[in-house]
Amino acid sequence: MRVLVLAKEGEPGKAATPPTPEAMAEYQKFNEELVKAGVVVASGRLSPSAQGKRVRFDGKKRSVIDGPFPETKELVGGYWLWEVRSIDEALEWLKRAPFDGGTFELRQVSMHEGA
Amino acid sequence: MAGRSSSVRSRCTKAREGALAIETVASDAHRAIEAIWRIESARLIAGLARLAGDIGTAEELAQDALVAALEQWPTSGVPERPGAWLMATAKHRATDLIRRRKTLGRKYEELGREVERDQGGTDQDTTTDEEFGDDLLGLIFMACHPVLSKDARVSLTLRVLGGLTTEEIARAFLVPVSSIAQRIVRAKRTLTETHVRFEVPRGRERVARLASVLEVIYLIFNEGYAATAGEDWVRPALCEEALRLGRILAELAPTEPEVHGLVALMEIHASRLDARVASSGEPVLLLDQDRGRWDRLLIRRGLAALDRAEKLGGAMGPYALQAAIAACHARAATAAQTDWPRIVALYDAVAELAPSPVVELNRAVAVGMAFGPAAGLELVDALVSLPSLKAYHLLPAARGDLLRKLGRFREARAEFERAASLTENARERELMQRRAAECAAERIAQDER
Repeated sequence: MRVLVLAKEGEPGKAATPPTPEAMAEYQKFNEELVKAGVVVASGRLSPSAQGKRVRFDGKKRSVIDGPFPETKELVGGYWLWEVRSIDEALEWLKRAPFDGGTFELRQVSMHEGA
Repeated sequence: MAGRSSSVRSRCTKAREGALAIETVASDAHRAIEAIWRIESARLIAGLARLAGDIGTAEELAQDALVAALEQWPTSGVPERPGAWLMATAKHRATDLIRRRKTLGRKYEELGREVERDQGGTDQDTTTDEEFGDDLLGLIFMACHPVLSKDARVSLTLRVLGGLTTEEIARAFLVPVSSIAQRIVRAKRTLTETHVRFEVPRGRERVARLASVLEVIYLIFNEGYAATAGEDWVRPALCEEALRLGRILAELAPTEPEVHGLVALMEIHASRLDARVASSGEPVLLLDQDRGRWDRLLIRRGLAALDRAEKLGGAMGPYALQAAIAACHARAATAAQTDWPRIVALYDAVAELAPSPVVELNRAVAVGMAFGPAAGLELVDALVSLPSLKAYHLLPAARGDLLRKLGRFREARAEFERAASLTENARERELMQRRAAECAAERIAQDER
Protein backbone atom coordinates (compact mmCIF):
# COMPACT_ATOMS: atom_id res chain seq x y z
CA MET A 1 0.00 0.00 0.00
CA ARG A 2 1.05 3.56 -0.61
CA VAL A 3 1.23 6.06 2.18
CA LEU A 4 1.69 9.79 1.68
CA VAL A 5 3.78 11.38 4.40
CA LEU A 6 3.10 15.08 4.76
CA ALA A 7 5.70 17.07 6.66
CA LYS A 8 3.80 19.85 8.39
CA GLU A 9 6.85 21.69 9.53
CA GLY A 10 5.46 25.16 9.08
CA GLU A 11 6.72 27.68 6.57
CA PRO A 12 9.71 26.19 4.69
CA GLY A 13 12.94 28.03 5.33
CA LYS A 14 11.42 29.87 8.29
CA ALA A 15 12.62 27.51 11.01
CA ALA A 16 13.70 29.25 14.23
CA THR A 17 17.10 27.62 14.02
CA PRO A 18 18.44 26.41 10.69
CA PRO A 19 19.31 22.69 10.68
CA THR A 20 22.88 21.93 11.71
CA PRO A 21 25.10 19.90 9.36
CA GLU A 22 24.86 17.04 11.88
CA ALA A 23 21.06 17.12 11.77
CA MET A 24 21.16 17.20 7.97
CA ALA A 25 23.52 14.22 7.89
CA GLU A 26 21.26 12.33 10.28
CA TYR A 27 18.26 13.06 8.12
CA GLN A 28 20.10 11.92 5.01
CA LYS A 29 21.09 8.70 6.72
CA PHE A 30 17.47 8.05 7.62
CA ASN A 31 16.31 8.80 4.09
CA GLU A 32 18.97 6.48 2.68
CA GLU A 33 17.83 3.71 4.98
CA LEU A 34 14.29 4.17 3.69
CA VAL A 35 15.45 4.00 0.08
CA LYS A 36 17.54 0.89 0.78
CA ALA A 37 14.53 -0.79 2.34
CA GLY A 38 12.57 -0.14 -0.84
CA VAL A 39 10.14 2.11 1.03
CA VAL A 40 10.50 5.46 -0.77
CA VAL A 41 8.69 5.68 -4.10
CA ALA A 42 8.85 9.46 -4.46
CA SER A 43 9.73 12.48 -2.39
CA GLY A 44 10.04 16.23 -2.65
CA ARG A 45 10.49 19.51 -0.79
CA LEU A 46 8.19 22.45 -1.30
CA SER A 47 9.17 26.07 -1.85
CA PRO A 48 7.95 28.72 0.61
CA SER A 49 4.24 29.41 0.38
CA ALA A 50 5.02 32.98 -0.78
CA GLN A 51 5.66 31.39 -4.17
CA GLY A 52 2.49 29.32 -3.98
CA LYS A 53 -0.98 30.02 -5.29
CA ARG A 54 -4.42 28.84 -4.36
CA VAL A 55 -7.42 28.53 -6.62
CA ARG A 56 -10.82 28.54 -5.00
CA PHE A 57 -13.77 27.08 -6.92
CA ASP A 58 -17.25 28.43 -6.32
CA GLY A 59 -19.71 27.29 -8.96
CA LYS A 60 -18.41 28.80 -12.20
CA LYS A 61 -16.22 31.28 -10.38
CA ARG A 62 -12.48 30.75 -9.88
CA SER A 63 -10.58 33.05 -7.58
CA VAL A 64 -6.81 32.98 -7.31
CA ILE A 65 -5.19 33.66 -3.97
CA ASP A 66 -1.49 34.46 -3.86
CA GLY A 67 0.80 33.17 -1.11
CA PRO A 68 2.09 33.42 1.57
CA PHE A 69 -0.66 31.49 3.32
CA PRO A 70 -1.65 32.35 6.89
CA GLU A 71 -2.10 28.97 8.63
CA THR A 72 1.65 28.48 9.06
CA LYS A 73 1.51 25.50 11.42
CA GLU A 74 -0.51 23.48 8.92
CA LEU A 75 1.75 24.25 5.97
CA VAL A 76 3.30 21.30 4.22
CA GLY A 77 7.05 21.67 3.74
CA GLY A 78 7.71 18.39 2.01
CA TYR A 79 6.34 14.98 1.24
CA TRP A 80 7.27 11.36 0.83
CA LEU A 81 5.37 8.67 -0.97
CA TRP A 82 6.08 5.37 0.73
CA GLU A 83 5.32 1.82 -0.31
CA VAL A 84 4.71 -0.26 2.81
CA ARG A 85 2.63 -3.27 3.78
CA SER A 86 0.56 -1.60 6.46
CA ILE A 87 -0.05 1.80 7.99
CA ASP A 88 1.60 0.43 11.15
CA GLU A 89 4.78 -0.23 9.21
CA ALA A 90 4.74 3.38 7.98
CA LEU A 91 4.20 4.52 11.56
CA GLU A 92 7.19 2.50 12.79
CA TRP A 93 9.39 3.94 10.07
CA LEU A 94 8.25 7.48 10.79
CA LYS A 95 8.94 7.10 14.52
CA ARG A 96 12.58 6.47 13.64
CA ALA A 97 12.95 9.78 11.83
CA PRO A 98 15.47 12.12 13.48
CA PHE A 99 13.13 15.12 13.61
CA ASP A 100 12.78 17.22 16.73
CA GLY A 101 9.85 19.36 15.67
CA GLY A 102 6.83 19.56 13.41
CA THR A 103 3.87 17.29 12.81
CA PHE A 104 3.99 14.52 10.25
CA GLU A 105 0.80 13.20 8.79
CA LEU A 106 0.39 9.69 7.35
CA ARG A 107 -2.34 9.21 4.77
CA GLN A 108 -3.06 6.00 2.91
CA VAL A 109 -3.40 6.48 -0.85
CA SER A 110 -6.39 4.65 -2.34
CA MET A 111 -5.02 2.77 -5.30
CA HIS A 112 -5.96 -0.56 -6.77
CA GLU A 113 -9.64 -1.19 -6.60
CA GLY A 114 -10.29 -4.03 -4.25
CA ALA A 115 -6.76 -3.95 -2.88
CA MET B 1 -32.96 1.12 43.21
CA ALA B 2 -32.62 3.03 40.05
CA GLY B 3 -29.60 4.82 41.47
CA ARG B 4 -27.97 1.61 42.59
CA SER B 5 -28.50 -0.21 39.38
CA SER B 6 -27.14 2.71 37.44
CA SER B 7 -24.06 2.87 39.63
CA VAL B 8 -23.56 -0.88 39.18
CA ARG B 9 -23.96 -0.40 35.50
CA SER B 10 -21.50 2.43 35.51
CA ARG B 11 -19.05 0.35 37.51
CA CYS B 12 -19.46 -2.52 35.04
CA THR B 13 -19.02 -0.14 32.15
CA LYS B 14 -15.93 1.27 33.77
CA ALA B 15 -14.51 -2.21 34.31
CA ARG B 16 -15.29 -3.06 30.72
CA GLU B 17 -13.74 0.15 29.51
CA GLY B 18 -10.69 -0.60 31.61
CA ALA B 19 -10.39 -4.07 30.16
CA LEU B 20 -10.93 -2.61 26.72
CA ALA B 21 -8.23 -0.03 27.30
CA ILE B 22 -5.79 -2.74 28.37
CA GLU B 23 -6.75 -4.80 25.35
CA THR B 24 -6.31 -1.79 23.09
CA VAL B 25 -2.86 -1.16 24.52
CA ALA B 26 -1.99 -4.82 24.00
CA SER B 27 -3.33 -4.93 20.47
CA ASP B 28 -1.63 -1.62 19.64
CA ALA B 29 1.63 -3.08 20.92
CA HIS B 30 1.07 -6.27 18.93
CA ARG B 31 0.42 -4.31 15.78
CA ALA B 32 3.55 -2.27 16.39
CA ILE B 33 5.57 -5.45 16.99
CA GLU B 34 4.18 -6.98 13.81
CA ALA B 35 5.19 -3.90 11.84
CA ILE B 36 8.65 -3.81 13.44
CA TRP B 37 9.05 -7.50 12.66
CA ARG B 38 8.30 -6.78 9.00
CA ILE B 39 10.92 -4.06 8.97
CA GLU B 40 13.62 -5.87 10.95
CA SER B 41 13.20 -9.61 10.39
CA ALA B 42 15.21 -9.92 7.17
CA ARG B 43 18.18 -8.00 8.58
CA LEU B 44 17.91 -9.90 11.85
CA ILE B 45 17.81 -13.32 10.19
CA ALA B 46 20.60 -12.26 7.82
CA GLY B 47 22.90 -11.20 10.66
CA LEU B 48 22.16 -14.39 12.58
CA ALA B 49 22.59 -16.55 9.49
CA ARG B 50 26.06 -15.10 9.00
CA LEU B 51 26.90 -16.10 12.58
CA ALA B 52 25.17 -19.47 12.56
CA GLY B 53 25.93 -20.39 8.98
CA ASP B 54 22.44 -21.71 8.39
CA ILE B 55 19.01 -20.21 7.90
CA GLY B 56 17.18 -22.70 10.11
CA THR B 57 19.08 -21.79 13.27
CA ALA B 58 18.97 -18.10 12.39
CA GLU B 59 15.22 -18.15 11.97
CA GLU B 60 14.73 -20.06 15.21
CA LEU B 61 16.79 -17.51 17.13
CA ALA B 62 14.98 -14.63 15.46
CA GLN B 63 11.61 -16.19 16.33
CA ASP B 64 12.76 -16.55 19.96
CA ALA B 65 13.57 -12.86 20.01
CA LEU B 66 10.13 -12.09 18.55
CA VAL B 67 8.44 -14.14 21.26
CA ALA B 68 10.45 -12.25 23.89
CA ALA B 69 9.32 -8.96 22.35
CA LEU B 70 5.69 -10.09 22.37
CA GLU B 71 6.05 -10.95 26.06
CA GLN B 72 7.88 -7.83 27.16
CA TRP B 73 7.04 -4.89 24.92
CA PRO B 74 3.32 -4.66 25.70
CA THR B 75 4.24 -3.77 29.31
CA SER B 76 7.75 -2.30 28.99
CA GLY B 77 7.02 -0.35 25.83
CA VAL B 78 8.83 -0.60 22.51
CA PRO B 79 12.56 0.03 22.99
CA GLU B 80 14.12 2.99 21.25
CA ARG B 81 16.16 0.80 18.92
CA PRO B 82 13.95 -2.23 18.42
CA GLY B 83 16.22 -3.79 15.80
CA ALA B 84 19.24 -3.73 18.09
CA TRP B 85 17.10 -5.08 20.96
CA LEU B 86 15.92 -8.02 18.86
CA MET B 87 19.46 -8.78 17.71
CA ALA B 88 20.89 -8.62 21.24
CA THR B 89 18.07 -10.86 22.53
CA ALA B 90 18.60 -13.37 19.72
CA LYS B 91 22.30 -13.50 20.50
CA HIS B 92 21.55 -14.13 24.18
CA ARG B 93 19.31 -16.98 23.12
CA ALA B 94 22.15 -18.28 20.99
CA THR B 95 24.38 -18.37 24.05
CA ASP B 96 21.66 -20.23 25.98
CA LEU B 97 21.24 -22.61 23.09
CA ILE B 98 24.92 -23.39 23.09
CA ARG B 99 24.89 -24.08 26.82
CA ARG B 100 21.90 -26.35 26.50
CA ARG B 101 23.00 -28.15 23.40
CA LYS B 102 26.73 -28.20 23.91
CA THR B 103 26.74 -31.89 23.08
CA LEU B 104 24.88 -31.30 19.87
CA GLY B 105 28.07 -30.60 18.08
CA ARG B 106 30.23 -28.29 16.19
CA LYS B 107 27.62 -26.02 14.68
CA TYR B 108 26.66 -24.49 17.99
CA GLU B 109 30.21 -24.35 19.25
CA GLU B 110 31.14 -22.39 16.17
CA LEU B 111 28.15 -20.18 16.68
CA GLY B 112 29.20 -19.65 20.28
CA ARG B 113 32.66 -18.54 19.29
CA GLU B 114 31.22 -16.21 16.68
CA VAL B 115 28.78 -14.70 19.14
CA GLU B 116 31.51 -14.24 21.76
CA ARG B 117 33.81 -12.67 19.20
CA ASP B 118 30.97 -10.47 18.07
CA GLN B 119 30.13 -9.36 21.58
CA GLY B 120 33.72 -9.17 22.81
CA GLY B 121 34.24 -5.45 23.25
CA THR B 122 32.12 -4.44 20.32
CA ASP B 123 28.81 -2.71 20.60
CA GLN B 124 25.83 -3.83 18.50
CA ASP B 125 25.67 -0.37 17.03
CA THR B 126 29.06 -0.62 15.39
CA THR B 127 27.67 -2.88 12.68
CA THR B 128 27.86 -0.65 9.65
CA ASP B 129 25.16 -0.34 7.03
CA GLU B 130 27.52 -1.94 4.57
CA GLU B 131 27.86 -5.04 6.73
CA PHE B 132 24.10 -5.17 7.09
CA GLY B 133 23.87 -4.92 3.32
CA ASP B 134 26.32 -7.77 2.82
CA ASP B 135 24.43 -9.90 5.32
CA LEU B 136 21.17 -9.24 3.52
CA LEU B 137 22.73 -10.03 0.16
CA GLY B 138 24.19 -13.24 1.61
CA LEU B 139 20.74 -14.24 2.85
CA ILE B 140 19.15 -13.54 -0.54
CA PHE B 141 21.77 -15.67 -2.30
CA MET B 142 21.29 -18.46 0.23
CA ALA B 143 17.49 -18.51 0.07
CA CYS B 144 17.61 -18.47 -3.73
CA HIS B 145 20.32 -21.10 -4.04
CA PRO B 146 19.98 -23.16 -7.25
CA VAL B 147 20.25 -26.37 -5.22
CA LEU B 148 16.63 -25.70 -4.18
CA SER B 149 13.58 -26.20 -6.36
CA LYS B 150 11.83 -23.07 -7.69
CA ASP B 151 8.90 -23.53 -5.33
CA ALA B 152 11.23 -23.96 -2.36
CA ARG B 153 13.22 -20.84 -3.28
CA VAL B 154 10.06 -18.76 -3.64
CA SER B 155 8.63 -19.90 -0.29
CA LEU B 156 11.88 -19.50 1.60
CA THR B 157 12.51 -16.05 0.11
CA LEU B 158 9.05 -14.78 1.03
CA ARG B 159 9.47 -16.21 4.49
CA VAL B 160 12.93 -15.00 5.47
CA LEU B 161 13.25 -11.90 3.27
CA GLY B 162 9.64 -10.82 2.97
CA GLY B 163 8.84 -11.55 6.62
CA LEU B 164 5.63 -13.30 5.52
CA THR B 165 4.15 -16.03 7.68
CA THR B 166 3.65 -19.53 6.34
CA GLU B 167 -0.11 -18.84 6.36
CA GLU B 168 0.32 -15.67 4.30
CA ILE B 169 2.47 -17.47 1.72
CA ALA B 170 -0.03 -20.33 1.53
CA ARG B 171 -2.90 -17.88 1.02
CA ALA B 172 -0.98 -16.03 -1.70
CA PHE B 173 -0.32 -19.20 -3.67
CA LEU B 174 -3.62 -20.93 -2.85
CA VAL B 175 -1.71 -23.89 -1.47
CA PRO B 176 -2.44 -25.68 1.82
CA VAL B 177 -0.47 -24.26 4.77
CA SER B 178 1.05 -27.67 5.44
CA SER B 179 2.59 -27.81 1.95
CA ILE B 180 4.30 -24.44 2.37
CA ALA B 181 5.51 -25.39 5.87
CA GLN B 182 6.90 -28.62 4.46
CA ARG B 183 8.56 -26.82 1.56
CA ILE B 184 10.31 -24.44 3.95
CA VAL B 185 11.45 -27.21 6.31
CA ARG B 186 12.76 -29.27 3.40
CA ALA B 187 14.49 -26.25 1.86
CA LYS B 188 16.34 -25.52 5.09
CA ARG B 189 17.31 -29.17 5.42
CA THR B 190 18.58 -29.27 1.83
CA LEU B 191 20.70 -26.17 2.42
CA THR B 192 22.26 -27.79 5.49
CA GLU B 193 22.76 -31.19 3.88
CA THR B 194 24.38 -29.78 0.75
CA HIS B 195 26.60 -27.52 2.90
CA VAL B 196 25.51 -24.33 1.19
CA ARG B 197 27.64 -21.58 2.66
CA PHE B 198 26.49 -18.16 3.77
CA GLU B 199 28.31 -15.93 1.32
CA VAL B 200 28.08 -13.29 -1.34
CA PRO B 201 29.38 -15.15 -4.38
CA ARG B 202 31.94 -13.40 -6.57
CA GLY B 203 33.17 -13.72 -10.13
CA ARG B 204 31.74 -16.34 -12.41
CA GLU B 205 29.64 -18.04 -9.78
CA ARG B 206 27.95 -14.74 -9.03
CA VAL B 207 26.42 -14.54 -12.51
CA ALA B 208 24.68 -17.90 -12.21
CA ARG B 209 23.65 -17.31 -8.60
CA LEU B 210 22.29 -13.86 -9.40
CA ALA B 211 20.24 -15.30 -12.26
CA SER B 212 18.64 -17.64 -9.74
CA VAL B 213 17.80 -14.72 -7.42
CA LEU B 214 16.26 -12.69 -10.25
CA GLU B 215 14.23 -15.69 -11.36
CA VAL B 216 12.74 -16.09 -7.89
CA ILE B 217 11.76 -12.41 -7.65
CA TYR B 218 10.23 -12.48 -11.12
CA LEU B 219 8.30 -15.68 -10.32
CA ILE B 220 6.79 -13.98 -7.27
CA PHE B 221 5.90 -10.93 -9.34
CA ASN B 222 4.31 -12.96 -12.11
CA GLU B 223 2.22 -15.03 -9.76
CA GLY B 224 0.76 -11.76 -8.56
CA TYR B 225 0.50 -10.23 -12.02
CA ALA B 226 -1.30 -13.07 -13.77
CA ALA B 227 -2.41 -15.54 -11.15
CA THR B 228 -2.10 -18.99 -12.65
CA ALA B 229 -5.06 -20.30 -10.69
CA GLY B 230 -8.03 -19.20 -8.66
CA GLU B 231 -10.76 -16.60 -8.84
CA ASP B 232 -8.68 -13.44 -8.97
CA TRP B 233 -6.82 -12.37 -12.05
CA VAL B 234 -4.24 -10.33 -10.18
CA ARG B 235 -2.93 -10.38 -6.62
CA PRO B 236 -1.27 -6.98 -6.17
CA ALA B 237 0.24 -7.87 -2.77
CA LEU B 238 2.58 -10.40 -4.40
CA CYS B 239 3.58 -7.84 -7.05
CA GLU B 240 4.33 -5.30 -4.35
CA GLU B 241 6.41 -7.81 -2.41
CA ALA B 242 8.43 -8.72 -5.51
CA LEU B 243 8.91 -5.06 -6.37
CA ARG B 244 10.09 -4.32 -2.86
CA LEU B 245 12.62 -7.19 -3.03
CA GLY B 246 13.77 -5.95 -6.44
CA ARG B 247 14.20 -2.38 -5.23
CA ILE B 248 16.17 -3.59 -2.19
CA LEU B 249 18.37 -5.75 -4.40
CA ALA B 250 18.99 -2.82 -6.76
CA GLU B 251 20.40 -0.85 -3.81
CA LEU B 252 22.46 -3.81 -2.57
CA ALA B 253 23.91 -4.65 -5.98
CA PRO B 254 23.79 -1.33 -7.85
CA THR B 255 26.36 -2.32 -10.49
CA GLU B 256 24.40 -5.30 -11.82
CA PRO B 257 22.57 -4.19 -14.98
CA GLU B 258 20.16 -7.12 -14.97
CA VAL B 259 18.94 -6.24 -11.47
CA HIS B 260 17.92 -2.82 -12.79
CA GLY B 261 16.52 -4.53 -15.88
CA LEU B 262 14.27 -6.71 -13.74
CA VAL B 263 13.22 -3.76 -11.57
CA ALA B 264 12.41 -1.76 -14.72
CA LEU B 265 10.35 -4.64 -16.08
CA MET B 266 8.40 -5.03 -12.84
CA GLU B 267 7.84 -1.27 -12.35
CA ILE B 268 6.45 -0.87 -15.87
CA HIS B 269 4.27 -3.98 -15.64
CA ALA B 270 3.03 -2.91 -12.20
CA SER B 271 2.03 0.47 -13.66
CA ARG B 272 -0.76 -1.39 -15.49
CA LEU B 273 -2.09 -3.36 -12.52
CA ASP B 274 -5.09 -1.10 -12.12
CA ALA B 275 -5.90 -0.94 -15.83
CA ARG B 276 -5.69 -4.64 -16.53
CA VAL B 277 -8.71 -5.57 -14.44
CA ALA B 278 -12.24 -4.45 -15.40
CA SER B 279 -14.62 -3.46 -12.61
CA SER B 280 -16.27 -6.86 -13.17
CA GLY B 281 -12.94 -8.51 -12.28
CA GLU B 282 -12.35 -9.66 -15.84
CA PRO B 283 -8.88 -9.21 -17.36
CA VAL B 284 -8.36 -6.34 -19.79
CA LEU B 285 -5.62 -7.14 -22.29
CA LEU B 286 -2.81 -4.69 -22.93
CA LEU B 287 -4.07 -3.13 -26.15
CA ASP B 288 -7.60 -2.67 -24.78
CA GLN B 289 -6.48 -0.97 -21.58
CA ASP B 290 -7.36 2.61 -20.69
CA ARG B 291 -3.89 4.13 -20.70
CA GLY B 292 -5.08 6.98 -18.53
CA ARG B 293 -5.21 4.47 -15.69
CA TRP B 294 -1.59 3.49 -16.04
CA ASP B 295 0.44 4.59 -13.06
CA ARG B 296 2.73 7.32 -14.45
CA LEU B 297 4.94 7.29 -11.37
CA LEU B 298 5.76 3.61 -11.79
CA ILE B 299 6.33 4.11 -15.52
CA ARG B 300 8.79 6.90 -14.75
CA ARG B 301 10.54 4.74 -12.16
CA GLY B 302 10.65 1.87 -14.65
CA LEU B 303 12.12 4.01 -17.41
CA ALA B 304 14.70 5.37 -14.95
CA ALA B 305 15.68 1.84 -13.91
CA LEU B 306 15.97 0.82 -17.58
CA ASP B 307 18.17 3.84 -18.12
CA ARG B 308 20.39 2.75 -15.21
CA ALA B 309 20.69 -0.73 -16.72
CA GLU B 310 21.62 0.71 -20.13
CA LYS B 311 24.15 3.15 -18.66
CA LEU B 312 26.00 0.31 -16.92
CA GLY B 313 26.91 -0.78 -20.42
CA GLY B 314 27.47 -4.17 -21.98
CA ALA B 315 24.94 -6.13 -23.98
CA MET B 316 21.43 -5.98 -22.60
CA GLY B 317 20.35 -9.06 -20.67
CA PRO B 318 16.99 -10.80 -21.01
CA TYR B 319 15.30 -8.74 -18.26
CA ALA B 320 16.53 -5.40 -19.62
CA LEU B 321 15.38 -6.43 -23.10
CA GLN B 322 11.93 -7.36 -21.84
CA ALA B 323 11.84 -4.09 -19.93
CA ALA B 324 12.71 -2.28 -23.16
CA ILE B 325 9.73 -4.01 -24.80
CA ALA B 326 7.47 -3.00 -21.91
CA ALA B 327 8.85 0.54 -22.27
CA CYS B 328 7.73 0.63 -25.93
CA HIS B 329 4.16 0.11 -24.75
CA ALA B 330 4.55 2.54 -21.87
CA ARG B 331 5.79 5.30 -24.18
CA ALA B 332 2.95 4.90 -26.70
CA ALA B 333 0.11 7.32 -25.91
CA THR B 334 -2.37 5.08 -27.73
CA ALA B 335 -2.25 1.39 -28.68
CA ALA B 336 -2.14 2.41 -32.36
CA GLN B 337 1.06 4.39 -31.76
CA THR B 338 3.00 1.36 -30.52
CA ASP B 339 6.37 0.92 -32.20
CA TRP B 340 5.80 -2.71 -33.23
CA PRO B 341 8.82 -3.05 -35.55
CA ARG B 342 11.08 -2.09 -32.60
CA ILE B 343 9.29 -4.63 -30.40
CA VAL B 344 9.91 -7.31 -33.03
CA ALA B 345 13.61 -6.36 -33.10
CA LEU B 346 13.80 -6.55 -29.30
CA TYR B 347 12.12 -9.97 -29.32
CA ASP B 348 14.70 -11.07 -31.89
CA ALA B 349 17.38 -10.13 -29.38
CA VAL B 350 15.58 -11.93 -26.54
CA ALA B 351 15.14 -15.03 -28.70
CA GLU B 352 18.84 -15.05 -29.47
CA LEU B 353 19.85 -14.61 -25.82
CA ALA B 354 17.30 -16.77 -24.08
CA PRO B 355 15.41 -18.76 -26.71
CA SER B 356 12.13 -20.24 -25.56
CA PRO B 357 8.84 -21.21 -27.21
CA VAL B 358 7.02 -18.53 -25.15
CA VAL B 359 9.39 -15.85 -26.47
CA GLU B 360 8.78 -17.15 -30.01
CA LEU B 361 5.05 -16.88 -29.44
CA ASN B 362 5.34 -13.29 -28.20
CA ARG B 363 7.54 -12.46 -31.15
CA ALA B 364 4.96 -13.95 -33.52
CA VAL B 365 2.24 -11.77 -31.99
CA ALA B 366 4.46 -8.68 -32.41
CA VAL B 367 5.14 -9.66 -36.04
CA GLY B 368 1.38 -9.94 -36.53
CA MET B 369 0.98 -6.39 -35.24
CA ALA B 370 3.92 -4.97 -37.21
CA PHE B 371 3.53 -6.76 -40.52
CA GLY B 372 -0.04 -8.05 -40.58
CA PRO B 373 -1.95 -11.01 -39.12
CA ALA B 374 -1.01 -13.40 -41.94
CA ALA B 375 2.70 -13.02 -41.18
CA GLY B 376 2.01 -13.54 -37.48
CA LEU B 377 -0.16 -16.58 -38.07
CA GLU B 378 2.52 -18.24 -40.15
CA LEU B 379 4.93 -18.02 -37.20
CA VAL B 380 2.35 -19.13 -34.65
CA ASP B 381 1.41 -22.15 -36.79
CA ALA B 382 5.02 -23.28 -36.66
CA LEU B 383 4.75 -23.44 -32.86
CA VAL B 384 1.52 -25.44 -32.65
CA SER B 385 3.25 -28.81 -32.71
CA LEU B 386 5.75 -27.98 -29.95
CA PRO B 387 5.14 -30.30 -26.99
CA SER B 388 6.12 -27.62 -24.45
CA LEU B 389 3.28 -25.37 -25.64
CA LYS B 390 0.64 -28.15 -25.82
CA ALA B 391 -1.09 -27.01 -22.64
CA TYR B 392 -0.16 -23.30 -22.87
CA HIS B 393 -3.46 -21.44 -23.14
CA LEU B 394 -1.94 -18.29 -24.62
CA LEU B 395 -1.00 -20.15 -27.82
CA PRO B 396 -4.61 -20.82 -28.91
CA ALA B 397 -5.53 -17.37 -27.56
CA ALA B 398 -2.94 -15.70 -29.83
CA ARG B 399 -3.88 -17.92 -32.77
CA GLY B 400 -7.55 -17.12 -32.23
CA ASP B 401 -6.77 -13.43 -32.28
CA LEU B 402 -4.88 -13.63 -35.57
CA LEU B 403 -7.52 -15.85 -37.21
CA ARG B 404 -10.22 -13.43 -36.10
CA LYS B 405 -8.37 -10.52 -37.70
CA LEU B 406 -8.17 -12.54 -40.91
CA GLY B 407 -11.96 -13.05 -40.80
CA ARG B 408 -11.65 -16.79 -40.16
CA PHE B 409 -14.21 -16.70 -37.35
CA ARG B 410 -15.07 -20.40 -37.15
CA GLU B 411 -11.45 -21.40 -36.58
CA ALA B 412 -10.92 -18.43 -34.24
CA ARG B 413 -13.87 -19.48 -32.10
CA ALA B 414 -12.48 -23.03 -31.75
CA GLU B 415 -9.13 -21.60 -30.65
CA PHE B 416 -10.68 -19.34 -28.00
CA GLU B 417 -12.69 -22.28 -26.69
CA ARG B 418 -9.51 -24.29 -26.49
CA ALA B 419 -7.78 -21.48 -24.61
CA ALA B 420 -10.73 -21.32 -22.19
CA SER B 421 -10.44 -25.04 -21.49
CA LEU B 422 -6.69 -24.79 -20.86
CA THR B 423 -6.48 -21.87 -18.43
CA GLU B 424 -6.77 -22.54 -14.71
CA ASN B 425 -7.74 -18.96 -13.95
CA ALA B 426 -11.49 -18.45 -13.69
CA ARG B 427 -11.40 -14.81 -14.83
CA GLU B 428 -9.29 -15.56 -17.85
CA ARG B 429 -11.60 -18.44 -18.77
CA GLU B 430 -14.56 -16.04 -18.82
CA LEU B 431 -12.67 -13.67 -21.12
CA MET B 432 -11.79 -16.47 -23.54
CA GLN B 433 -15.36 -17.73 -23.55
CA ARG B 434 -16.59 -14.23 -24.34
CA ARG B 435 -14.13 -13.96 -27.25
CA ALA B 436 -15.40 -17.31 -28.57
CA ALA B 437 -18.99 -16.05 -28.38
CA GLU B 438 -18.04 -12.84 -30.19
CA CYS B 439 -16.45 -14.88 -32.98
CA ALA B 440 -19.61 -16.96 -33.27
CA ALA B 441 -21.69 -13.78 -33.63
CA GLU B 442 -19.26 -12.31 -36.16
CA ARG B 443 -19.48 -15.50 -38.22
CA ILE B 444 -23.27 -15.28 -38.39
CA ALA B 445 -22.99 -11.64 -39.43
CA GLN B 446 -20.46 -12.65 -42.09
CA ASP B 447 -22.76 -15.34 -43.45
CA GLU B 448 -25.63 -12.89 -43.68
CA ARG B 449 -23.64 -10.42 -45.76
